[in-house]
Amino acid sequence: MKRLINLKPARPARVALALLPFLLIAFVYLSASSARLAENPNDRLLPSPAKMADTMHGLATEANVRTGSIPLWADTAASLKRLGIGVGISAFAALVFGLLSGGLPLFRAPFSPLITVVSLIPPLAVLPILFIAFGTGELAKIVLIIVGITPFLIRDLTGEALRLPDEQRIKAQTLGANSWQVMLRVLLPQLTPRLISATRLALGSAWLFLIAAEAIAAQDGLGYRIFLVRRYLSMDVILPYVAWITLLAFIIDQALLWISRLSFPWYHVDEGKS
Amino acid sequence: MSLVEAKGLEKHYGDDVVLERLNFSVEPGEFVTIVGASGCGKTTFLKMMLGTESITKGQLRVDDKPIPGEPGPDRGVVFQRYSVFPHLTVLGNTIIAEELSRSRLFGKLFWRGRRKAREAALERLTQVGLQHALDKYPHELSGGMQQRLAIAQALMMKPRILLLDEPFGALDPGIRQDMHELVGKLWREQQLTIFMITHDIEEAFALGTRVWVFDKWRDDPQAPQAYGATITYDLDVERNREDAPSQAKQIQEDMYA
Repeated sequence: MKRLINLKPARPARVALALLPFLLIAFVYLSASSARLAENPNDRLLPSPAKMADTMHGLATEANVRTGSIPLWADTAASLKRLGIGVGISAFAALVFGLLSGGLPLFRAPFSPLITVVSLIPPLAVLPILFIAFGTGELAKIVLIIVGITPFLIRDLTGEALRLPDEQRIKAQTLGANSWQVMLRVLLPQLTPRLISATRLALGSAWLFLIAAEAIAAQDGLGYRIFLVRRYLSMDVILPYVAWITLLAFIIDQALLWISRLSFPWYHVDEGKS
Repeated sequence: MSLVEAKGLEKHYGDDVVLERLNFSVEPGEFVTIVGASGCGKTTFLKMMLGTESITKGQLRVDDKPIPGEPGPDRGVVFQRYSVFPHLTVLGNTIIAEELSRSRLFGKLFWRGRRKAREAALERLTQVGLQHALDKYPHELSGGMQQRLAIAQALMMKPRILLLDEPFGALDPGIRQDMHELVGKLWREQQLTIFMITHDIEEAFALGTRVWVFDKWRDDPQAPQAYGATITYDLDVERNREDAPSQAKQIQEDMYA
């Protein structure tokens, strides 16, 4: 018998093992749900899959009488727009800051301690300030995402820039590069794939801030809907919405990974050896 | 006139004296190999030549001018590791030299400019035998091929001085032999002045026209940091080829005594 650390599942076994926890969760939910529904057919806490599918079908096809738009798609579009703008601005700002901070010690000296302190401010604690300053419209929600994830992205990129071997900067200078060229041709291309992987990690927080902001003040959005129907204990809406958000997050994550692998093959050399 | 000259050159880190009493002059076209125990300041000296390490005392002059305090295209370098850019292909790693000098704003050439730069890069890559691996990334190359690429890259700017910091330290003995031939050939063809650090004393004598041994000139057991290393042997190998093997043996014994 081999040691435990050397026992690796073969491919079919790996797929089966990966599916197992999902099947288990589904089984536990289904049995609990049918047990409760057998006792009380009007139970709202653990709706049956049929009920959830029915409700979602309504939300995805029938226009709301008051607004005239189809709730699921309107919510999804509103949330993705906020998330996209917020994360996009954050990523761009982080790349510029990380590049300057990682490339120029004179820039790093005043800004790096500031960023470290700012990154420690709990973003949700400043949400009231954002609502006061920017109103309860789109701007405050987008700014919350930016405030929430940009400091993390900057710190990650600055760290990555400083971890690049000094030899590369020296080499570039012996090839005649000036400061701008070192940042443009040595740092920027190596920070970009790092930005993608850091953004993938930050997306979890970005969703958190988005849903928190939508829960407090919004007229549409995935987070708004969940918190709206909470009052009526509408688990048949909440559960599918959570699953939908999870699916969206998964697709965005995998898309970023795919783009990174395609554009920066050298960055992913050490991956996939397990 | 000598190309590189040092007068009373010293390097201290706080109270630690790393290098002192360095006096030498090196003529154009010399191949200086530097040996010495680990931590004796060989790399510190090379960094002073590069301009990344400051000079504490004394003078270090190139062409009778103080050495600039930062790296520049007149002094090429090959390190033991991390010498090439991991995000560029073999061709990209060599073309970048032309791009950096010709396009100050973008550091990148297009169309005609790139075609011309490509020819220059191709010529260099052919010299080091990498003309068949143009589109490979460094991680796809063996250690020896990576160092060949690093050498081709360093020579793109036609530097007068080439600094080598244990460039073959991580290579297999057989590949090392090939690299010796390559460096020897390029040194003669390009009329380079080379400073090369090595751990391998045989390599030092085989390649160099001049071998320097770095060692502490005085040892005080009570204060080991009080005295720094200097050039304890400065051997003209070119003129005494027949004595080289015995000298190499002598130094080997001294160093590990």
